[in-house]
Amino acid sequence: MSKIRVLVGTKKGAFILTADGKRRNWKVSGPHFAGWEIYHVKGSMAEPDRIYASQTSGWFGQIIQRSDDGGKTWNTPGSSPEELKGPEGMPKGESNKFSYAGKVGTHKWYDGTQHPWEFKRVWHIEPSLTDPDTAYAGVEDAAIFKTTDGGKTWKELAGLREAKGHLWQPGAGGMAVHTILLDPKNPKRIYIAISAGGCFRTDDGGKTWKPITRGLKSPYELPDPDAEVGHCVHRITLHPSRPDVLFMQKHWDVLRTDNAGEQWQEVSGNLPSDFGFPIDVHAHEPETIFVVPIKSDSEHYPPDGKLRVYRSRTGGNEWEPLTKGLPQKDCYVNVLRDAMAVDSLEPCGVYFGTTGGQVYGSANGGNSWNPIVRDLPAVLSVEVQVLP
Amino acid sequence: MIRVVLPYHLRNLARVDGEVQLEVESPVTLRAVLDALEVRYPALRGTIRDHDTLKRRPFVRFFACKEDLSLEPPETNLPDAVVKGEEPFLIVGAMAGG
Repeated sequence: MSKIRVLVGTKKGAFILTADGKRRNWKVSGPHFAGWEIYHVKGSMAEPDRIYASQTSGWFGQIIQRSDDGGKTWNTPGSSPEELKGPEGMPKGESNKFSYAGKVGTHKWYDGTQHPWEFKRVWHIEPSLTDPDTAYAGVEDAAIFKTTDGGKTWKELAGLREAKGHLWQPGAGGMAVHTILLDPKNPKRIYIAISAGGCFRTDDGGKTWKPITRGLKSPYELPDPDAEVGHCVHRITLHPSRPDVLFMQKHWDVLRTDNAGEQWQEVSGNLPSDFGFPIDVHAHEPETIFVVPIKSDSEHYPPDGKLRVYRSRTGGNEWEPLTKGLPQKDCYVNVLRDAMAVDSLEPCGVYFGTTGGQVYGSANGGNSWNPIVRDLPAVLSVEVQVLP
Repeated sequence: MIRVVLPYHLRNLARVDGEVQLEVESPVTLRAVLDALEVRYPALRGTIRDHDTLKRRPFVRFFACKEDLSLEPPETNLPDAVVKGEEPFLIVGAMAGG
């Protein structure tokens, strides 16, 4: 029987939740990297026991951790004694070195002036679909880096910041590349999203990027609601069978595109609020999507104190609330953008974590939910792996 | 032998218990001690000072012999008591939060 491994990043460490394919009885391991903020933990599709983690601290900065045994043991990549010596006999120790390429440049600052790019942390690590040693890192201040040596060294794909980077501006949560989607049918195509820069696509493996924001409207956030860059995109997602169809949860509005981002249409439909953070697609039904509506940009909690996942089986516009097993009164948690994931078992499993430390799971496509854990630190990210 | 006390999280990262002892050639400056520390424990690179500029991270402090050396230039010689190993050189996570 298959096994499930859920990788949870929290404000105070990482946790690994495991179960068999029934998804009823869960074991919890952790905290790994106790006391550190773990923005993201994600396993390689090519080699599932290869897992990357982004560990950060306001005191000590960025650390990249890697496990090659499914999360039992961890190392900073390149830390074996023979790997640590460079040509001059000096240690490398560069797995946490994220230096912007070339002239650092500037972006828009809160007061409208230009401000130099400054690396703060890695928000998201996206391992290659085919090579366990290759992965992409989305960072704050917004940029994308790539490793081809298992995380020992990282190089910026600097063409992204040439896509009008001087006009990107941080929101209250910072300015980060928080979503990276690899096209499973076209290895040269990558989509990324930035708060608050917008949404971008490369068709040449990361050399050049273009904004893909036509159809996005941000009348309350931008002076020009149809601007090419600057939209606060909270999350994008795709189904691997149809990588030209993307779904987006924007600051306000849920949208879709059917042509790789050339044109977006709003599909918020009957949602009680179209503000939110995560959005995900059912593993087996490319037109079934999930969101978690949040009351507003001023009040980051569910409307009416009811934690409801909304599911559309029609690719948007028509939404149904999923409430069975979720708190329907006095609930004021948030679900952050990287904190929802689906598994590929039948029926599809859906998981999400909250800022209140709960991780909920559904083993039936969202029809009903159970808390896997209730009292973790605030959850920053959730990923899931199906293991043989 | 220079004795260095690391903060909890960096001890975990370097996988050491208690004090670290380092051989540092004279003159024993702030920079020389940090260089030696990073040679011995490369996982600490970037956690105490910036990879490129080698500037101290804002919420890291350097103490020795009841003195705060955080704002001193990297060429600053450490006190004799530290050079002789009588007193440790302390790397501290600054008070932050409330």
